[in-house]
Amino acid sequence: MKRVEQIQVFGTDMERKEFWLAARESAPIIVGAVPFGITCGIMGVASGLKPLETVLMSVLVFAGAAQFIGITMLAAGISGWGIVFTTLLINLRHLLMGASLAPYLVRLPLPKQALLAFGMVDESYALTASRIPVAGYNEYYQLGSNTSFYLAWTLSTIAGVYLGGHIPDPLAWGLDFAMPATFIVLLVPRLLDRVSMVVCLVAAVTTVMADLYLPGKWYIIIACLAASIAGGLMGKRGSNNAD
Amino acid sequence: MRIETVLIILGMAVVTFMTRFGSFIFFRQTGIPAWLERWLKHVPTAILTSLIVPSLLLPKGELDLTFGNSYLLAGIVAVFVAYKSRNAMTTLSVSMAAMFFLRWLS
Repeated sequence: MKRVEQIQVFGTDMERKEFWLAARESAPIIVGAVPFGITCGIMGVASGLKPLETVLMSVLVFAGAAQFIGITMLAAGISGWGIVFTTLLINLRHLLMGASLAPYLVRLPLPKQALLAFGMVDESYALTASRIPVAGYNEYYQLGSNTSFYLAWTLSTIAGVYLGGHIPDPLAWGLDFAMPATFIVLLVPRLLDRVSMVVCLVAAVTTVMADLYLPGKWYIIIACLAASIAGGLMGKRGSNNAD
Repeated sequence: MRIETVLIILGMAVVTFMTRFGSFIFFRQTGIPAWLERWLKHVPTAILTSLIVPSLLLPKGELDLTFGNSYLLAGIVAVFVAYKSRNAMTTLSVSMAAMFFLRWLS
């Protein structure tokens, strides 16, 4: 069963290449994500979750921000429904990411869509979407980056659970800068035309405003809606073409 | 493991998966209208910006536009190197070096 699946996953050399290319291109962002995974493990145990429960959360939920907030709420004794509902709100931004990849993904068989959807986190989405203007959409590229982040997240949570008290605060290392730095490399080539620059500017301003005054990750949703609507309206006037 | 905690974790997993899968299920039925696709084209740029900006401008949760903000300064270095080199490893190594240097100075 396992072997049959593997043969199906990698039909051709080309597909294997895309998978490993994605894994390599994920590496710099993973450097920045690992301290958060370790922190998640430390936090889970420190908040009174059992080691296995903390790891199970990373294995099944696989959503950084939602897990941090979920763990905090569990420790505060907030009811299960409250935690599940908050998780839903924090993760609503994935609907926008999903919608932006939908034109490519709806062509795939449903089980493949489900597998790729499960692994769609901010980082793997950013890489996959940035690959599209360069080389088109490739499901094996997305699978490669999803898998890389999934392994990094679960393994670093396990590390956090077991190293817990023995290491200094991993978020003080400054490695968290690797993440925005890599996203900058992905963003800069997108800003070649006027419409994209306006989209970026609108997103930047609304992000700052929303992050200052709204809880959680709402700023991503607000900024994404405001900026993409601005871009869509500008594109409609035919002043420019962002393709 | 406690049954209640496991149920909460399962609940979190289910709703998270729904947000990731929801758009594919929805658009599978209807297809994607042209006007929406024109908007969606800008989503990656908007989300990338939204992921970068808080870590550079609000590293400690409040707006910090001073020279004491090493994330902002190293971020400016990263934008410059990314524009010139178009290379992830170059950008990362130069801007991380800038980051460590700034931390060492302060």
